[in-house]
Amino acid sequence: MFATCLADTLFPDVARATVTVLERLGHWVEFPASQTCCGQMHLNTGYQREALPLIRRYVSTFEGYEVIVAPSGSCVGSIAHQHALVARRLGDEGLADRAEAVAARTHELSQLLTDVLAVEDVGAYYPHRVAYHPTCHSLRLLQVRDRPLRLLQRVRGIDLVALPGADECCGFGGTFAVKNPDVSTAMLADKMRNLLATGAEVCTAGDSSCLMHIGGGLSRLRAGVRTVHLAEILAST
Amino acid sequence: MTTFLGLPTAPPGVGHLRQEAPFPVAARQALGNSQLRANLRKATTTIRAKRAGVVSELPDWEQLRAAGQAIKARTMADLGRYLEQLEAQVTARGGTVHWARDAAEANQIVTRLVREAGAREVVKVKSLATDEIGLNDALAAEGITAHETDLAELIVQLGRDRPSHILVPAIHRNRAEIRDIFTREMPGVDPGLTDEPAALAEAARRYLRRKFLTAAVAVSGANFAVAETGTLCVVESEGNGRMCLTLPRTLITVMGIEKVIPAWTDLGVFLQLLPRSSTGERMNPYTSMWTGVTPGDGPQAFHLVLLDNGRTAVLADPAGRDALHCIRCSACLNVCPVYERTGGHAYGSVYPGPIGAVLSPQLTGIADNASLPFASTLCGACFDACPVKINIPEMLVHLRARHVDEDIRERGKPSAEAVTMAAASWVMADPARYAAAQAASRAGRLLRRRGRISALPPPLAAWTTARDAPVPPRQTFRQWWRTQHRNPPEDTP
Repeated sequence: MFATCLADTLFPDVARATVTVLERLGHWVEFPASQTCCGQMHLNTGYQREALPLIRRYVSTFEGYEVIVAPSGSCVGSIAHQHALVARRLGDEGLADRAEAVAARTHELSQLLTDVLAVEDVGAYYPHRVAYHPTCHSLRLLQVRDRPLRLLQRVRGIDLVALPGADECCGFGGTFAVKNPDVSTAMLADKMRNLLATGAEVCTAGDSSCLMHIGGGLSRLRAGVRTVHLAEILAST
Repeated sequence: MTTFLGLPTAPPGVGHLRQEAPFPVAARQALGNSQLRANLRKATTTIRAKRAGVVSELPDWEQLRAAGQAIKARTMADLGRYLEQLEAQVTARGGTVHWARDAAEANQIVTRLVREAGAREVVKVKSLATDEIGLNDALAAEGITAHETDLAELIVQLGRDRPSHILVPAIHRNRAEIRDIFTREMPGVDPGLTDEPAALAEAARRYLRRKFLTAAVAVSGANFAVAETGTLCVVESEGNGRMCLTLPRTLITVMGIEKVIPAWTDLGVFLQLLPRSSTGERMNPYTSMWTGVTPGDGPQAFHLVLLDNGRTAVLADPAGRDALHCIRCSACLNVCPVYERTGGHAYGSVYPGPIGAVLSPQLTGIADNASLPFASTLCGACFDACPVKINIPEMLVHLRARHVDEDIRERGKPSAEAVTMAAASWVMADPARYAAAQAASRAGRLLRRRGRISALPPPLAAWTTARDAPVPPRQTFRQWWRTQHRNPPEDTP
């Protein structure tokens, strides 16, 4: 498992939940301690050379593993669409080839469950009203389509409600949130308005980063709606 | 990293390609305008739905996109040859071709041609390229009045305003505002004009008819130019373009060099892609095509001005050149969550929205539009909507990297951000340093008040202006995992 630096540091419950779901399904999960960060923040802010050591670290940590999972659509998106590209652009062909091979075995959690493990019912119980936000990189970069929804629909007790304007970005965008705080906040305001209109008590998604943004806004407003990662719902019994 | 010095970019001081204020600053002002927000939301939501409807009708939409992309890529790979072929064909059919290396040169050429035709007034249509070079200002400086005839361009011109959208330049105005502009600025208008769309259109029609019938010179842009035949093509909705292109004695067309397409049959692809992507129509109402000069029919003098203005510099960057594939449909603007909230003015260029964020900085040199590549969350909606599959998010990331490199070169030392990023890279490249930094981040727990963090120090202070920050947990995942002793003795197999 690639926990992602964000879950490892700030949202350990998400990584724990990922382990719980996979172990419940009978799989052996390892957490190689040499992992750190995929480098997405560096790459998307324009610091490709600074990202290179992180790409190298990701590749060397995980290239010995059969199947790699991460509870994040955007980190997996970066691994799949940027690692090899940037390594190649910076002239490290050898790393690019290795990165391509590792990326092909790296899966976002909902992809791993539905495609690789062919499971939709993970045996979860979660008696709450939940709205699902399909994060941009899961939706468009990774094309996870309805995989997370199929998993959620099989959760017992869940009251899954449709989120209006679900496909629209929440305004996080990594460093965009601090470089363009006003636009980011305007987008967040619309996302929260749609969310509150559903009457959901929980907003879920496959990315801790987007949830940190939406959750940060909801918390500031004392909106009474909490954010919970998809993995945590799937781990609940 | 390759550098892209050497080829000239669009010169400063002329035209409308540069930001006056950085995007975050200009956007803040736009975000405060609730009327603008409401107008934009309504307009973009409507166009999005129309586009989605007509695109879903075509089972081969993805193949059409791939064909559009392939034609553009082929054209750009051999641009010089196609332009020379176009020149030869236009010349053979009675037109005159002028090559303009930049905005200033194009303005000089057009001004001279208008003066030679003895005109003091010109009518204009498809004004994006001429707006890029600031032609109206250049003409005005020589005592020549330009009349915009596209309804939305007219609204912008009469309102002494700037366009805010590629296709619907007055998208930031609603009908009540348009009525006010017409009543205030349009000579001879009925003072009792209502804001009924039909009444507004009728007022514009009466006003423009007189211009069409008296103007001796028209200035247009172009959507496409077919190299093999020398045919120019303009697509539009109102018929005002048709009037401009056919009534005056002299027609001057200013066209970016990237608008050329190799063959007549290529039009078949783009005339399916463009209307569906832009106005959400199966076909636009008016498609005008002309080839050179036809004696006794239409303009008897035709001039084609081929404009570079930084385009060759864009072509020189393999990771950025696809921006030249753009057919100006504006689908990317209409789906962009950033554009929907700020409108076009915040981008400071005639090319706003996602395509503007990749095109304007490349045309001017990144330093002059440095905040634009960062004016995106990289959500990817633009890439999905683009009819010629320009990977705008990937290009934005590339331009951010170019900006960072150029910035360090220019300063001679790294910025505070660059220092932070390098430090973060150094920390995260090593698991021990990384774990130590994680442990240190737990100090963030001290910032919490009643279970939340509502104020962070710079540079993260911008986060907590509107969002609480997560409280670091007592234990990172890595620490918890170690207590579980789950791994086999060796970390990596």
